[in-house]
Amino acid sequence: MVVESLHRGRQTDRLFFALSDATRRDIVTKTLDRERSVSELGRLYPISLTAVQKHVEVLVDAGLVSKHRSGREQLVRGEVSQLLRAHTLLDELEAVWRARLERFEDVLDETTGRKSE
Amino acid sequence: MTVWNVAKNAEAKSMVITAEFKTAITNVWQLWADPRLLERWWAPPGFAATFGHHDLRPGGTIMYCMSDPNGGDRFDGTWNVIEVDAPTRLVVEDAIVEDDGTPSDGNSMTRMEIDIEAAGDTTRMILTTHFDSLEGMEQAIAMGVAEGMRACMSQIDALLAEVAA
Repeated sequence: MVVESLHRGRQTDRLFFALSDATRRDIVTKTLDRERSVSELGRLYPISLTAVQKHVEVLVDAGLVSKHRSGREQLVRGEVSQLLRAHTLLDELEAVWRARLERFEDVLDETTGRKSE
Repeated sequence: MTVWNVAKNAEAKSMVITAEFKTAITNVWQLWADPRLLERWWAPPGFAATFGHHDLRPGGTIMYCMSDPNGGDRFDGTWNVIEVDAPTRLVVEDAIVEDDGTPSDGNSMTRMEIDIEAAGDTTRMILTTHFDSLEGMEQAIAMGVAEGMRACMSQIDALLAEVAA
């Protein structure tokens, strides 16, 4: 349906907008491992608490984090499953090691080439 | 192609990479055992690695730093050597430390097992990396990729899949 795809398009826009900022990406990462209060997040970045709260609101709109109250604290929780995150990180790690192993082979070729001279 | 097989286990936060090289076992071992060779391949492009301390004995430590020659990022790392069986097996646990050598806050141990074996006329190197936490994985990735080169497209794809579900 047109309305549905429009809705999905808006949701995708919100998601891309939310992820376009490094601080917001970092908030998602930090709140995936465990819940963190808004004030705790505020201490992590060289920006005002109000700015952090705005970032959190953008992430809530995009469905990337959820917010709930615990006593006097506002807690923020990343909403992407841990397992999905682990999959993504392993993919990145694989890329790191593929590049590293290419360098490994280069050094290997250089050292063994020298030995055979 | 050097990399022969990659097996990832998200639940166990582990990865096994198998690579093959057309050379003798001892040559492959040498790239881990000789700090001058190790620093030529460990750091990502644009970073200079220095392995200042390299005591390859069980209970020993290997300490290194990686720095951006343009004065940017700097990472310090320490490996605790757990097992050494030259030239076929090395097990280290990785801890990222502060400038004074103490482990960083929130850092968790990463275990790396390196097994080197003959496979016909080639040498097979099997790298097993196990992480205790997602943050440990992130640290390992951050140290393996030069600043700004890290692609976030795969993350966006994964997040989109999650939201669309």
